[in-house]
Amino acid sequence: MSAASAAAERSAAMTVWPQLEQLLPQVSKPIQYVGGELGAVVKEWESAVVRWALMYPDAYEVGLPNQGVQILYEVLNELPDVLAERTYAVWPDLERLMRTHGVPQFTVEAHRPVGAFDLFGISFATELGYTNLLTAIDLAGIPLLAADRTDEHPVIVAGGHAAFNPEPIADFVDAAVLGDGEEAVLEITEIVRAWKAEGSPGGRDELLLRLARTESVYVPRFYDVDYLPDGRIQRVVPNRPDVPFRVHKRTTMDLDAWPYPKKPIVPLAETVHERYAVEIFRGCTRGCRFCQAGMITRPVRERSITTVGQMVKDGLEYSGFHEVGLLSLSSADHSEIGDMCSGLAQQYEGTNVSLSLPSTRVDAFNIELAQELSRNGRRTGLTFAPEGGSERIRKVINKMVSEEDLIRTVVTAYTNGWRQVKLYFMCGLPTEEDEDVLQIARLAHEVIKAGRAATGSKDIRCTVSIGGFVPKPHTPFQWARMERPEVIDNRLKLLKQAINSDRSLGRAIGYRYHDGEPSLIEGLLSRGDRRIGAVIRRVWENGGRFDGWSEHFSYQRWVDAAAEVLPTFGVDLDWYTVREREQAEVLPWDHLDSGLDKDWLWQDWQDSLTEFEQDDCRWTPCFDCGVCPSMDTEIQIGPTGKKLLPLTPVNTGLRMPAGTGH
Amino acid sequence: MRRAGVPVAFSQGFTPHPKISYASAAPTGVASEAEYLEIGLQRPVDPADLRKALDAALSPGLDVLDAVVAGGGSLAERIDASRWRVELPGVEPDVARAAVSTFLAASEVLVERMTKQGRRVFDTRVAVTTIDVIERTEAPSGVAGVPCAILEVVVRQVTPSVRPDDVLSGLRVVADLEPPVPPRATRLAQGTLTAQGEIVDPLEADRDGTAIGERQPEVRPAVR
Repeated sequence: MSAASAAAERSAAMTVWPQLEQLLPQVSKPIQYVGGELGAVVKEWESAVVRWALMYPDAYEVGLPNQGVQILYEVLNELPDVLAERTYAVWPDLERLMRTHGVPQFTVEAHRPVGAFDLFGISFATELGYTNLLTAIDLAGIPLLAADRTDEHPVIVAGGHAAFNPEPIADFVDAAVLGDGEEAVLEITEIVRAWKAEGSPGGRDELLLRLARTESVYVPRFYDVDYLPDGRIQRVVPNRPDVPFRVHKRTTMDLDAWPYPKKPIVPLAETVHERYAVEIFRGCTRGCRFCQAGMITRPVRERSITTVGQMVKDGLEYSGFHEVGLLSLSSADHSEIGDMCSGLAQQYEGTNVSLSLPSTRVDAFNIELAQELSRNGRRTGLTFAPEGGSERIRKVINKMVSEEDLIRTVVTAYTNGWRQVKLYFMCGLPTEEDEDVLQIARLAHEVIKAGRAATGSKDIRCTVSIGGFVPKPHTPFQWARMERPEVIDNRLKLLKQAINSDRSLGRAIGYRYHDGEPSLIEGLLSRGDRRIGAVIRRVWENGGRFDGWSEHFSYQRWVDAAAEVLPTFGVDLDWYTVREREQAEVLPWDHLDSGLDKDWLWQDWQDSLTEFEQDDCRWTPCFDCGVCPSMDTEIQIGPTGKKLLPLTPVNTGLRMPAGTGH
Repeated sequence: MRRAGVPVAFSQGFTPHPKISYASAAPTGVASEAEYLEIGLQRPVDPADLRKALDAALSPGLDVLDAVVAGGGSLAERIDASRWRVELPGVEPDVARAAVSTFLAASEVLVERMTKQGRRVFDTRVAVTTIDVIERTEAPSGVAGVPCAILEVVVRQVTPSVRPDDVLSGLRVVADLEPPVPPRATRLAQGTLTAQGEIVDPLEADRDGTAIGERQPEVRPAVR
């Protein structure tokens, strides 16, 4: 180890707290920077051989509840010689002060400088966090460009769903991991541990090479991208021997063997979700064509009813949360969801624990489940996601919900005591015309009419919530053109008029939507290639921060940066967003293997254009998407036939700390 | 509360709330060694056990020091003043002394602050019963090697409440005292103000000879 890095290690044992504390009275919500949460782990710096800083690149209140970061944090800290701490995006008020006073990006546990860690892992749920990545790297005192980094600097590893196309941030990250993180972080840790034990032979380059050789860690610098004269990619090839042509995603099988989080982090500050969240299964084979999560997390792997029950019991006891979220991409599809919901409802009846089941499908069974979960009384709202307004567009996106199903389901909800139902749709879908979106108004009118007839009451409401469609890599819509923001915004305006065309019905319908502009930029980033890195950098230099927040996002800043940077490459913003791709085009992420067969994806894209629906392979024969054979995985579902047993009464008295009798 | 297994009572209604009330909580960004709260319980518990269980369930730095079964009256009625220590790194003690004298000599010191009701102008002088620059007894926290004046202030509970930063604003108004770095305020005590200017611990009255009965225990955590 060089003298400089030895000095860096020593300084890292120290904390930036004394300098930081002086700044905190001058910023908003200082509690988000102080740490001290239940579940936070502070280890001696010298006790660890491998040190990770983990980041969710958004504000603490959004980042803290993130399941992925919490799971990896716990998995890593369970190893005696490994230390993991968390860091979040600081708000511009603190960023300014940190720059003035020379305080670097810090972790919230021990307030150690991020630049002193071996690894800096960042989890991207959305591409709109890219500018916050640059802020964090820069505040940490790490060179922005991976190429400029030396052995002194942490290896920056991107993960999360956006890492399935990390090309736009290829200049800024050293590596990206595709897929489930539980085992991937352990494998990376082992490689770093071994490399350090050998005396860090070959420096940073050798370490990155060892990571790349796993074939599941993508190291962008080891690949060259060649372009055709028209701007399309000609090919992406390794630029050194020993590096795989394709990098494969990781899949963690047997979720019962990975019952995390066991010790969820309980914040002192307010956050967006304050609940104990359990993933009841991972993966989804419903085949909604817009849904990247459903495509890249295959196959379906269920956590058993008994493991879920145990996790809920332990998690609540540990955390003191009184809300439980049973998470997955389509929760009502768990093979034992009925027994799970009634079992949990029974176990926690009469307590203040509330249970919630987000991401459910549109059918009557879902209402039964919701009734079980709301035994304790509260029936505030139910959400259904038909996604498309017309029957035609729902066939295009493979969301198999008929209008009758939807109306019947919503009416059942009203007659069972729910007064408020939320319907979620998308705007800007492939092949969409104004008429498809205007159908949303008709649907909402029908829902209210049927609801009033069935309940005999005018006291029912429905909220129509519209999200912008963004085509994502590794989905059948990866070839699709986006619609221009002005077309989207006009459709949204027409829809509003259509909803209010009947005053009586319109009064019972709430309307929420997002403008088209942020979606277009998300689309630029999601399907971008390495040339987009310069756009991100320019936006960041011009002050771009927190692009996921409408009050911070500036469409003009992105448009200007794209206009400034992209013409040098012979392309422009339109080329990336409103252009449809052809079958033969090399996509920027083709060398990154999600398991999905590109020919199958193309066929599914063609099927969508002919409105051909694709069944779910969980209940019907395999449709050859390619994931199971190429990844050597299989569907793991129940039923196990087991039931949840009643809990021995909780509330047995004060829980005294161990070893303090009286 | 839930982690400690405290049988806390809940309000009735659509959204039941735990019966916990805080008496004159310290403002954001200041330290405190004397915060008080009252908890309504479903059934009696031993206050010593309650203290231990809650202390163990709270984050490091949040320490529960004492708990007693509440006697008559509300906690808020027993708290009418706080003693604060305010460290002013970079301020010479003599400069601070001069500012304090000017402040004390004034009959009224008006300052302005944004409150939840909007911008308010109020008198800080009337709320301050004593203010002294104390002799340095220990190295103040923060950066060493710079002068550091330390104020001890007793502030009465008034409306709108006068906080330590308001007192500092008052010192700036009357004597142009401008600390070069953010000051650090710590609440040392709060309670009933005696005629002699002492602050009496509000739990004191309930501490001796009170039977553990059906009444509400109070918990007194110190926050730092």
